Amino acid sequence: MLKRAMVIGASSGMGEQLCRVLAREGFHVAMIARRQDRLDALRKELQEAWPDRTFVEYVHDVRQTELVPELFERATKAMDGCDLVVYAAGVMPAVGPDEFDTALDKLIIDVNVTGGMAWLNAAATRFQAMGAGTIVGISSVAGDRGRRGSPAYCASKAAFTTYLEALRNRLAVQGVDVVTIKPGPVATPMTEGLEGLPMIIGVEDAAEQIWKAIAARATTRYIPAQWGPIMTAIRHIPSVIFRRMSI
Amino acid sequence: METTLQGVEGWGLSTRSLGHVARPQSMEEVAGAFALARERGWTVGLRGAGRSYGDASQNEGALVLDLQDVDRIHEWDPESGVARVDPGVTVRGLWERVVVDGWWPKVVSGTMTPTIGGAAAMNIHGKNAWKAGTIGDHIRSFRLLTPSGDDLLCSREENAALFHGAIGGFGELGVMHDITIANQFVGSGRVMEYPYALPHLDAMFDRFEQLTGEFDYCVGWIDAFATGKSLGRGQIHTARYLSAQEDPAGLNMRSPAHQRLPEVILGFPKKHLWRFVRPFAFPLGMRAINLAKVISGQILPGSSRPYLQSHAGFHFLLDFVPDWKLMHGRGGLIQWQPFVPADRAREVFRRVLTMQQERGMVNWLTVLKRHRPDPFLLTHGLDGWSLAQDFNVTPRNRQALWQLCHDMTEVVLEAGGRFYPAKDATLTASQYQRSLGQDRLSAFRALKQQVDPQGLLQTNLYRRLML
Repeated sequence: MLKRAMVIGASSGMGEQLCRVLAREGFHVAMIARRQDRLDALRKELQEAWPDRTFVEYVHDVRQTELVPELFERATKAMDGCDLVVYAAGVMPAVGPDEFDTALDKLIIDVNVTGGMAWLNAAATRFQAMGAGTIVGISSVAGDRGRRGSPAYCASKAAFTTYLEALRNRLAVQGVDVVTIKPGPVATPMTEGLEGLPMIIGVEDAAEQIWKAIAARATTRYIPAQWGPIMTAIRHIPSVIFRRMSI
Repeated sequence: METTLQGVEGWGLSTRSLGHVARPQSMEEVAGAFALARERGWTVGLRGAGRSYGDASQNEGALVLDLQDVDRIHEWDPESGVARVDPGVTVRGLWERVVVDGWWPKVVSGTMTPTIGGAAAMNIHGKNAWKAGTIGDHIRSFRLLTPSGDDLLCSREENAALFHGAIGGFGELGVMHDITIANQFVGSGRVMEYPYALPHLDAMFDRFEQLTGEFDYCVGWIDAFATGKSLGRGQIHTARYLSAQEDPAGLNMRSPAHQRLPEVILGFPKKHLWRFVRPFAFPLGMRAINLAKVISGQILPGSSRPYLQSHAGFHFLLDFVPDWKLMHGRGGLIQWQPFVPADRAREVFRRVLTMQQERGMVNWLTVLKRHRPDPFLLTHGLDGWSLAQDFNVTPRNRQALWQLCHDMTEVVLEAGGRFYPAKDATLTASQYQRSLGQDRLSAFRALKQQVDPQGLLQTNLYRRLML
């Protein structure tokens, strides 16, 4: 009768680390991601540490949204229930300053937005009937402003943030919590090789803070918290000035 | 039959699942529900009033058969005191019917809301468990509608193995109906209740042991926050039946109207009472409330004098504050109730109370009872004691609390103790096997194979403990 969590994007970065934290906090965990070898290793690690628990893995590419409802059911059945769904999958491919690549932009939207909607719609369907549950979306501070460096990425996170907000407003009356996580730069494979990232934090730290937000039933949480006032200020910079800044 | 996809909760609110809930109105419809489940590839979980604390009446993703509407009292014989009832008849429905003729159910729970079917499936006990045993001890017979389609008369003589397996078998062998149950004749609508305040655990045990020889009911409450020399301090409440001669005025009180619980307590409407306890629902606040109870039991004038109390008023303490569980907040509660053989109980209870104090997770409500063995296959009954404990659950303490219960369970198992599925939330399959022993479980599995070879009847609890 421990709680059951599903983490999409569990093979690296914040998703992977969050699986460890959730296991430590007493969850059964279903791990969903693209890379089998990494999922295998994580599942083995968790199963050894918590032999009485259920840990299951499913290899899946979030772009295949048509497979989601059935896979969601399978993972739920394997854990005999599901109380928490975390969408942690995301991509941020490098985009050159003069590059406009529709295929790349589409990939970003497919993974960061459409995949998220597919999984969280499945979660919402379940939780709305159940009258309980927690949905967590890992968005980003990048969604707060359209930065010159990564138009599609910023747009994808803005879309995801707005989607999560709407989901929260829709499901609150049913007793479902929707938590929007907006991390600043976190040292994950996604940010590897990028230099000069401000206030970067480790993935362990980020996962702990995400868990705290879930436990506290937060609505929106910047990680680390200092990004809250910073992004409030940045959001209020007039466009005419913002476009001259190199943020 | 109509099914509704909806959230299904345990009484403790600490876990929720999603089930296709159906409410059959008759046993014919129950049989129809089995067919429907087969057609849709669902398993079937049986549910009564949903008063089990954990996952006993939940069935994730499949059919939950809510039997509350199958609730006719078929026969009531005021001469012999035997009733024949449907599974959905509640404890309340039963006592309200029999009390007017001078009877009271032999075994009732701390709340009158459970169904008799559910009570039989979990084999509940009351505050007279050492003397009257479990509810199963007073069930003469029932019919068992099995998934294989048979409707078998089960009693101590006929289909005796199924009789002893289905009672306490948490609804895994079939639907018990046509339940014939014996009641207790009571001369008065009241009992005489006696309170005692005791300074520590040994005193609680000694006094309790002595009182069980004199009274019909006996229940202990312990302040789990007390440490050192005061560890296990608390109160005992006993009661005895009154004859018509002793309490002539009580004769007319054998009616539902006289057994009604007060609507207003301490000036508050009782349905809102939990809101006033809610501000104290954190460890320090609960420590204060437990202490206040200890002190009031010692110093309030009249706190050690016996008093007359209605049967309902004595038994159904939990119903005095409806929805009291809500004070535990969104995380709900779990109850952990070990049953320990008499020669090891003091030592084990001292150890588990100390463990929870050391880990800073003291339970909020601790109840001590005495038990006796019974002949049922998956029984929690033994010659010993139980200590029911309500633990508050929060997102942050969940893992630590489960670990605490896991470790306390090991202490209990080492002493040859048992557990009770109606209350359980934390046992693992291996712990459950060790508590009952392989022989009992094999015998139960053989029965299951006989009446439900495809494993149609299942609940979350069954999958957690038996698979």
